[in-house]
Amino acid sequence: MIQVEGLTKRYARHVAVDNISFSVDKGDIVGFLGPNGAGKTTTMRILTCFMPPTEGKATVANFDVFEQPFEVKKHIGYLPEAPPVYPEMSVRDYLTFVARLKNLPSGDIRNRVEQVMERCAVADVAPKLIGKLSKGYRQRVGLAQAIIHNPDVLILDEPTSGLDPKQINETRELIKSLSGEHTIILSTHILPEVEAVCEKVIIINKGKVVATDSVENLKNRAGLGGATQVQIENTGDLDPVAVHQRLEQVAGVSKVLDRLTHGPRLVFEIENLQGQNARPDIARAIVHAGWNLIELKSSTMTLEEVFLELTGSHTAQPAPVAAGEVA
Amino acid sequence: MRNIWTICRRELYAYFVSPIAWVLLAIFAVLSGYFTYIISYAFVRAQLESTMSGQSFPMNVNEQVMGPVFSNMGVVALFLIPLISMRLFAEEKRQGTIELLATSPVHDIEIVIGKWLSAVIMYGALLVVLLIDYSFLFLYGNPDWKPVATGFLGALLQGACLLAFGTFISTLTRNQIVAGAVGFALALVLWILNWTTSFGNSATVQVLNYLSIVSHMDSFTRGVIDTKDIVYYCSMIFLGLFLTARSLESSRWRA
Repeated sequence: MIQVEGLTKRYARHVAVDNISFSVDKGDIVGFLGPNGAGKTTTMRILTCFMPPTEGKATVANFDVFEQPFEVKKHIGYLPEAPPVYPEMSVRDYLTFVARLKNLPSGDIRNRVEQVMERCAVADVAPKLIGKLSKGYRQRVGLAQAIIHNPDVLILDEPTSGLDPKQINETRELIKSLSGEHTIILSTHILPEVEAVCEKVIIINKGKVVATDSVENLKNRAGLGGATQVQIENTGDLDPVAVHQRLEQVAGVSKVLDRLTHGPRLVFEIENLQGQNARPDIARAIVHAGWNLIELKSSTMTLEEVFLELTGSHTAQPAPVAAGEVA
Repeated sequence: MRNIWTICRRELYAYFVSPIAWVLLAIFAVLSGYFTYIISYAFVRAQLESTMSGQSFPMNVNEQVMGPVFSNMGVVALFLIPLISMRLFAEEKRQGTIELLATSPVHDIEIVIGKWLSAVIMYGALLVVLLIDYSFLFLYGNPDWKPVATGFLGALLQGACLLAFGTFISTLTRNQIVAGAVGFALALVLWILNWTTSFGNSATVQVLNYLSIVSHMDSFTRGVIDTKDIVYYCSMIFLGLFLTARSLESSRWRA
């Protein structure tokens, strides 16, 4: 559905998008992931024919964005980072205007507007001025605007930015519910969003694609070789040093780090040997020794670490709470 | 064609739902009412005096009332026109709604014409206010309607021309105040170009006089439709809209 080859956007002083290539199949829901300023918005603007690329080729629904922008525009729905709404218009009037702008037949406009308002849960504010709406509603009006002409491709630029957790969930559900009919690209710098919504991820950093894979694969890539965190109950008579030594003897373990060695719980960080999964053996060893295992978890299961590693901002410290802003 | 009307309609909605249209109409109504009143008052007084003194001068409502009101209101319009056109693109840019227009299946030129047309209609609404004032002169006097009609046509063309340039200036910035100020400066320059006629009659002066937007109004107010003036206004409108379309396109490359 979308083919991008060697796309480059150069400005006078810097390169926003540097020779990126990827493709998206029909019906896919793809996350476009990268830190702020990575070139996500620029790429999306090129795909939506808002601006031409400096070099390279991009086709949407088999139409070239540079040669046939008019055809491309008919096939895409676009929600920019700031919803493109007119504050002085009412929700219904605004959507009617967009429907006309997208060349919907006059006879269908009324029905279609009511339909998308229902779909995006803004029907209850239909007669209200957009300027008076809360950010969550405004975002949903923006989404309604993007799907009004039932486009093949939906391009959503940070659709959940600035929303509260409840609104974020609602928006994500809405996007997921749209995935059947549309091919969706959504950009975000929030990892859990990709995990929650997307099937495929394109990770982009400093204008370059650093990884393209399914969410599952990326998670696995991070999960198995990584470290394991173990919590063991300490009823008072447990010797941390002995526990440490016992854990080090488990097959497949390369290193054990003490995280917490006193108090009611002992916490250890255990690193695997390359390519081995020592978790079952660790669990068995602890249970055999008669200790109370409280928790055993992968400390690098999240996409966060993969992301940080791929974007080159990885540090030796435990994974920072990059998702803090999502709650 | 349908797209032009879609855009134009939304712009009219924006003018008339927000206070812009009503504020402009109110200002225009107060001033045009004031000018019409005092000028016709002076006219009636002069007429009375002339009949009482026994030597009646030829009096003409067209030349002595409508003409002066028209030229006064022309100056008022000069101030109001940048206020009409300044928001057209600057506001879209600031709000980010330009992204909606630019990614919808409409041609740039349709956006440009649609927006300009809405501004012309807005300006036309101001002229209707003046027409209401004039209707009283028709009610109580007997002016010739032809110079009035051509005068309005001229005023509309002149406004359309300034609005085309105002639209162009609005594409250059995302700040409405800047667009308004520059638009006003440009309108003023086009207005006063013919003042150079007092410097003689060299070729430069003739060119400047031709370019001046007011020198083409004269024949309209006298009831004459000169093709030369029509050509001038139409080509200026074309130039303004052409520049707007090019500017819109180039802002994409620079975006």
